[in-house]
Amino acid sequence: MISTSHSADKRVIPGTPIFDGEQAIKGYALNAMCYSFNDEVNRNAYRADPLAYCRKFNLSAEQTAAVLAMDVLALLRAGGNIYYLAKLTGIHHLNVQDIGAQQTGMSVADFKAMLMMYQDL
Amino acid sequence: MAQIIGGYFTSHVPGIGAAIARDQQQEAYWRPFFDGLIPVRQWLSVQQPDVAVVFYNDHGLNFFLDKLPTFAVGAAASYANADEGWGLPVQPAFRGFPELSWHIIESLVEAEFDITLCQQMNVDHAVVVPFQLAYPQAKAWPLRIVPIAINTVQHPLPSAKRCLALGRAVGKALRSWQGSERILVMGTGGLSHQLEGERAGYINNAYDLFCLDNIKDNPGALTHHSTVDLVELAGTQGVEILNWIAARGALGDGPLRQQSRNYHIPISNTAAATLVLEPLGN
Repeated sequence: MISTSHSADKRVIPGTPIFDGEQAIKGYALNAMCYSFNDEVNRNAYRADPLAYCRKFNLSAEQTAAVLAMDVLALLRAGGNIYYLAKLTGIHHLNVQDIGAQQTGMSVADFKAMLMMYQDL
Repeated sequence: MAQIIGGYFTSHVPGIGAAIARDQQQEAYWRPFFDGLIPVRQWLSVQQPDVAVVFYNDHGLNFFLDKLPTFAVGAAASYANADEGWGLPVQPAFRGFPELSWHIIESLVEAEFDITLCQQMNVDHAVVVPFQLAYPQAKAWPLRIVPIAINTVQHPLPSAKRCLALGRAVGKALRSWQGSERILVMGTGGLSHQLEGERAGYINNAYDLFCLDNIKDNPGALTHHSTVDLVELAGTQGVEILNWIAARGALGDGPLRQQSRNYHIPISNTAAATLVLEPLGN
C-alpha cells in the first residue's frame, strides 16, 4: 500500500472522507472517467455501454463494480472525489440529495426533512 | 485611483442555478434565500462596479486532478462558462481584464505568493451563480472579472491563515492600481455543508454564525482552525469558507459596515448565506 509521510497520524472524522493524496492516487482513473462527463458525447458513450466505458478508462475491478452498482460510498472508498462523482451520478439522475439519502441510508424525503430540521436549532 | 467598493459574499450551490432556470425564486422553499439578494442588487445598482475580483473554487470544470493549483489567478480576455455535466444552462461568458490581472499577478509574486496564472480559464457555477443572483435580468454581464481560484478540492488545502494573507496581498495590489475602476471583491461558496460520506447532510449553524459574526471585524478569528478542523466544523464542502476569508482579506484592514446579511437553512444540502460588507469611508 502506498502511504504518504503524514498517513501515520491521519485524523479520522467519522462518516467524513477526506480527499487526500492517498485517495487521489487510488482514484485517479475513476476521477478521470468522471471528468470526461463534462462532454455530452462522453456521457452518451457511457450511457450506451457503462462497462465498456469503465474499461476504456482502466478502472479497477473495485471501481467498476462500484460504478455498475451506483454505490456512492463504495465509489468514495475506491478513491472517487465527490465533485467528479457528481458528474457520474448526474447521468443516473441522482442529485446531491438523492446521493445524500443513499449514503445515510435514509429515504430522500427523510434526508430532506433532516436538513429542514436544522432551521429550528 | 481605483476604489474598492466592498465585498459581496454568497453561497454558490448549483441548485440555485437550477432554481433560476425553473423560475422557482418565489416558491416557499427558495424565497427566504432569494429575498436576501434584494438588498445586494440595490447596493450594486447604486455602486455600479466596473470589475469584480472573484475568489472561488473550481469543481472540476477548468481544473482536473492532473494539474491542480493551490492558488490560480485568471489573466484571460474572456472566461467562458461550459457544460459541467449535469444539465445547468450554460451562461454567457465574462469579459476579463488582463491588465488588472497582470498587475495583481506581479504584485502577488513580488509578495512571494507562488501562484499559477491562467490565460485560458473556464469558470463554473461558483463564479456564474453569484452573478446570476446579483444581475438576474442581465443578457450580458455588466462588469469585467478577475477570477482567483483557491483549491478546496484536493487535500492538503491552503490554510485559512494563508488564504487571508493572499486576500490581503490582492487588496494591496488593488489599492495600488492606477485605473479609475470601481472594484467589487467577491467570495463565493459555503457555508456549512457536506455532500459525501455517512455524515452527508451535515450542517453546523453555530460555526456558520461564528464566521458571519466575526468576518467583518475579526477575520483573524477564522484562521485559528486547521483545514481538517474546517472539514470537521463546516463539512467537507464547508471548507469553501476559505474563499470568503480570502475575499475578506482583500477588503483591507480599515473599518467595514455590514450592508446586508442573510442566512438560511437549507438550500439543497447547504446552509446558505449572503453578506455585503462596505468600507466605512465610502
